[in-house]
Amino acid sequence: MKKIKIKVNGKLKTINRNVNLSILIKNLKIQLKKVAIEVNGEIVDKKKLNRIILKNNDRIEVVHFIGGG
Amino acid sequence: MVKLTKDNLVIANKRFNSRLIVGTGKYKNMSDCAKAIKLSGAEIVTVAVRRVNITDKKKPLLMDYIDPKKITYLPNTAGCFNSKEALRTLRLAREIGGWKLVKLEVLGDKKNLFPEMIETLKSTEILTKEGFKVMVYCNDDPLMAKRLENSGASAIMPLAAPIGSGLGILNKVNIKIIRSQTKLPLIIDAGLGQASDAVMAMELGCDGVLVNTAIAKAKKPFDMALAFKHAVISGRKSFLSGRIEKTLMGSPSSPNEGII
Repeated sequence: MKKIKIKVNGKLKTINRNVNLSILIKNLKIQLKKVAIEVNGEIVDKKKLNRIILKNNDRIEVVHFIGGG
Repeated sequence: MVKLTKDNLVIANKRFNSRLIVGTGKYKNMSDCAKAIKLSGAEIVTVAVRRVNITDKKKPLLMDYIDPKKITYLPNTAGCFNSKEALRTLRLAREIGGWKLVKLEVLGDKKNLFPEMIETLKSTEILTKEGFKVMVYCNDDPLMAKRLENSGASAIMPLAAPIGSGLGILNKVNIKIIRSQTKLPLIIDAGLGQASDAVMAMELGCDGVLVNTAIAKAKKPFDMALAFKHAVISGRKSFLSGRIEKTLMGSPSSPNEGII
């Protein structure tokens, strides 16, 4: 199976082709209710992650709240 | 019997008992942060939006220490230097869990951390149109405060002094002028150094204060959290009590009548 390269929070990752965003988030063990996700600069609906099939060179950002002023 | 009226802080139709808002940054660890917040009595805390650490899963999460169901999270755009970055940050914050009450902070200079007011004003307009309730960090300029109000801000939050400087309120006159011209919640944000600064802010008629560094970086953060809690209550009571006139000469506290 051919692999694709994506960036998650600035870090390069090689993953299988035809993987959807929901699977990626699960594999990263991220608690969905505590984060927001962007794909290539666009915020995505957390309820529809399984509809987003990751493509080569996709940039994923996963953010959450941390301590700040 | 005298009926005591509730003196709540009301922001965007939400009522809060405490007039102290605290930041959650700069603490030694998350448990210290949570303890200081508890002692401060604050019901609103500012939080930052940052990347999830995908390599270190054991890193403690803010939400595990401070329950967003009990304490209102106020997502903040600290670290943003233009409107685009600030809008992106707050849209993401909303997506995390429906947060609409937010703090907008667009900085203009990395050294003095003064707000970039043109970008701030622009962002306030856009965010308000998108349904956000925007509490706006701003300079202590009454004209700009008015423009923010006209742009739909939910609270005006002028600085006392540069962020983290601990200098206290540098321009009392401007704060008073802003107070006199607006009915919006007026909250002093940034630059306070000690509890008496918070008393002064409240005595000037502000509705609340936002403190981070002064508590987090005090030698004893827990004691300082408590000090700020009482300072805000004290200053508010003092403001509402109607202070005496200042006079040049003395006026004895004991009656002259019956002196032996």
